[in-house]
Amino acid sequence: MKKHLKLLCASTLIFGSLLTTTVKAETADIPSTINWTIPFGVGGGTDVWARFIAPYLTKYIPTHPTVVIKNQPGGGSITGTNLFYQRARSDGSDILGTSASTLFPFMLGDKRVRYNFDKWMPLMASPTGGVVYVQPNLGVKSAADIDKLNGVTLPFGSQGPTRLELPVLMAFEMLGLDVKPVFGMKSRGAGRLAFERGEAKIDFQTTSAYLNSVEDLVKNHKAIPLFSLGVMDEDGKIVRDPAFPNLPTFQEVYFQKYGKKPSGNEYTAYSKFLAAGFAFQKVIFIPSNTPNDIIQAYQKGIKEMLKDPDFIKDSIVQIGPYKNIVGINAAKHLQEATKISPELYAWVAKWLKQKFDYSL
Amino acid sequence: MTVLLSALDQILSFTHFIYLLGGVLVGLVVGIIPGLGGIAGMSLLLPFIYGMEPSVGLGMLMGLVAVIPTGDTFTSVLMGIPGSSSSQATVMDGFPLAKKGQAARALSAAFMCSMIGGVVGAIVISVFILVARPIVLSFSSAELFMLTLLGLSVVAALSGGNIFKGLAACGFGLLVGSVGSAPATGEFRFTLGIDYLYDGIPLVVVGLGIFALPEIISLLVQNKAIASTPNKLGHGLKQGIKDVFQNLPLVGKSSIFGSLVGAIPGLGGSVVDWMTYSFAMNSSKDSSQFGKGDIRGVIAPESANNACASGSMIPTLLFGIPGSGSAAVFLGGMLLLGLQPGVSMITTHLDLTYTIIWSLALANILGAVFCICFTRPISLLTYVKFSILAPIILTLILFAAYQATRSLGDFIVLGVIATIGVLMKDAGWPRPAFLIGFVLSSGAENYFFQSIQFYGYSWFERPGVIIIALLILLGFVLPPILKSRRKVQKDEDQATEKALPVTSVTDLILILFITSAGAYALFKIWDMSTLTKAFPLIAIAIVLFSCIALLIQRYKVKHQKVATNIRLEACYIIGFFFIACGYYYLGFISTTFIFSLLFLSYLAKASWLKSLIISFCLVVFLLVMRHIMHIDYPEGFLDPYILTPIDKIF
Repeated sequence: MKKHLKLLCASTLIFGSLLTTTVKAETADIPSTINWTIPFGVGGGTDVWARFIAPYLTKYIPTHPTVVIKNQPGGGSITGTNLFYQRARSDGSDILGTSASTLFPFMLGDKRVRYNFDKWMPLMASPTGGVVYVQPNLGVKSAADIDKLNGVTLPFGSQGPTRLELPVLMAFEMLGLDVKPVFGMKSRGAGRLAFERGEAKIDFQTTSAYLNSVEDLVKNHKAIPLFSLGVMDEDGKIVRDPAFPNLPTFQEVYFQKYGKKPSGNEYTAYSKFLAAGFAFQKVIFIPSNTPNDIIQAYQKGIKEMLKDPDFIKDSIVQIGPYKNIVGINAAKHLQEATKISPELYAWVAKWLKQKFDYSL
Repeated sequence: MTVLLSALDQILSFTHFIYLLGGVLVGLVVGIIPGLGGIAGMSLLLPFIYGMEPSVGLGMLMGLVAVIPTGDTFTSVLMGIPGSSSSQATVMDGFPLAKKGQAARALSAAFMCSMIGGVVGAIVISVFILVARPIVLSFSSAELFMLTLLGLSVVAALSGGNIFKGLAACGFGLLVGSVGSAPATGEFRFTLGIDYLYDGIPLVVVGLGIFALPEIISLLVQNKAIASTPNKLGHGLKQGIKDVFQNLPLVGKSSIFGSLVGAIPGLGGSVVDWMTYSFAMNSSKDSSQFGKGDIRGVIAPESANNACASGSMIPTLLFGIPGSGSAAVFLGGMLLLGLQPGVSMITTHLDLTYTIIWSLALANILGAVFCICFTRPISLLTYVKFSILAPIILTLILFAAYQATRSLGDFIVLGVIATIGVLMKDAGWPRPAFLIGFVLSSGAENYFFQSIQFYGYSWFERPGVIIIALLILLGFVLPPILKSRRKVQKDEDQATEKALPVTSVTDLILILFITSAGAYALFKIWDMSTLTKAFPLIAIAIVLFSCIALLIQRYKVKHQKVATNIRLEACYIIGFFFIACGYYYLGFISTTFIFSLLFLSYLAKASWLKSLIISFCLVVFLLVMRHIMHIDYPEGFLDPYILTPIDKIF
């Protein structure tokens, strides 16, 4: 907790000092080439996100530096992130792009992780949402009928117990659904294919995948959406997803089923992994000992980029109708999400062991 | 139909053609350089993609993806280095042909087949894509598991004389392939606490280690030119094209098969070359020359791999599920252009889909034409004394292996796999069997558990499963058995003296090595959860069973002992480890220069001037690659001294 507070103060200080020294930003000594490490392969989700943003960074950072994307895949992003932690220069020439699979292993205490987020500062976070949907032949028309799913075994194609699906699996359990995960799916897309083949009875997709591939299924009565995971507002509260204003959130469905708000260890764990996996789905980090004027130039550039109408238009296609999180809120919420107390960690470890026979 | 034609009109427009041509040229270059392949090429083009006109951008990407299985044939045939995972089977007969001095023939046949295969693939998908959705969806995890079995059954044909050797090699491949996380649980196996092993061993490294390095070592031991027998066929260019036309039915079948396998998501293109290779072997009357330089062994996989690249566009476009590594990157490019895969690709965006397909066909033709033009000069390389080529090839191999994960682990695992490869080559074990086991390991395990979890044990009653099972029996298991029967009868009829099976010390070393590896794995996996250990246990059982059978054979049946070069080869392997460490710790670029210079002038006895020029060219090549592809080599002690001034200048 102490560390947590310290960090909060530190980031507040950084931000505070930035606010007071706005004038100096024009003279910031930004390197002519920025290496943007992406710890994933070419063509993956995080890579495409970075390649979409890169030209805008060049355009809006005052000196118009060349942004080079360096893919360093391996270990589901752990390898590249470790390397960045060891080697990144703090002169503004090195930034990092991460995704849920960078944050989760850190939170779960993966042995291979040699990074932590103390040394870095988030410049911007792109959130995403997600929707859970089921087969139409189960007799469910919407989340209001969720009681009809009691006692029905629902196979669910999943990548693994500690992957992006982790909070979703917790949500299923809290709702009392008998979901039987089938692990080893190569991607969320492969899970969707299992659903389309009728093998999986329940599935979940992130916003862009849902809009592109599942909405057609819903139109043709091949899938029934149940609920969305919601999005985090500026105060860290979960509200309805702007992409799916007509779908209830998980919290609403829970309240409808049990007449009370979700709470307890499982809900705390769910909230943290949800924030790390979805609100902070993609994050740009910079080493926090980078000189202030450079960080400030980055932040100013990013803020202007977010106002660019072209960027906004393309961002809806690439990311979804979400607001990218910048500034002090990003740092604060990220710290909160990735901080797992020893008791909570013990609970998660026990849960994974009991439920999936998976040892952390 | 009008859509089809208007799309054709579109790709023949000047802008589109120029970008397509650009894509093709980049694709050929990254295809020729081993280890780079589609993913590297895409990363070159992606920075330009964002904001481009979709049809033009897609044409450029397509040009690149389409010709990679064309260009990668060069190193497969000329140097025995599989250029990418899709041309591993080409090495089997392509390289022996080069050794016979028929490199040009093998290459021109390969390019001709690539062209036909790619065009056939484009035709197949232009029709198939309209009806593919339900068919692709009918392949559930159960059918996919059967397809991996179909792939594995190829081992029967590739085992040569001794099925137990094939089984042992395949089982060991399955075991090596199970290193890393268990698909059914996500737990990690056999990682020995080494970070590198958590992701499993990269296919590129296995391919290079099992094929390329052993070949180089044995050529170094002999120290001759690659083409050791003089060429009687002129330059062979025309002969190769003639060969293709004599084997048109094989080309057609392989192409169609390749495009269909590519269309099924989940299997990937890495085995289609082996499947068609063994199909060619099974369906030919005289298969004795396969593996020694039969042109059909080049024709079948080369027709299939380009067709497969075309076919893999179906799941990519329709479902957003890429069928191969480069298709995955193509998908990324589509997303950057603001195009979403899905049903819309055959409804609202049908014109774009046909633009893609036409570009695919055109790119295949352009790529093959370019390659055929370069065949004659490049194939002359095989007449150069091998020791001159050795440092160049070794540097290329290390470069390729390092692209896998860019860590020291790539070099070490390459050396370990190469040791196994050398032993196998020496003892006459089928190396492809090991590779196939390795490639299919994760698919077999994953789909097996998935089908049981989705369907219980009734999955083998599914019609698709039964059809594929019959196909396996009729197409792959029976023919080799019948053939060997016929051969035995023939031998008896002619009452010839049957030569005793040969054996050597290496045989015994290999059996003991694999047995102990199996036993160690058994000890390591014993306490894991059931779903984590089930599949490795099967692999271990296969390994131990066939090793015991081999041992019994060894003592029961009379063998003829042969001497081997294993001691000399062992020296080269140890040398390799030292050199690899040099590349890592001293710096990749400086070691390339020093090693090549010393090797050329002392061991190859080339003149100092020649050695200097070759070493210098190699360094320039590496530096250019570094600059264009943003590759970081291992810097070591020395490289910073070279790189810092260079970076200052450029």
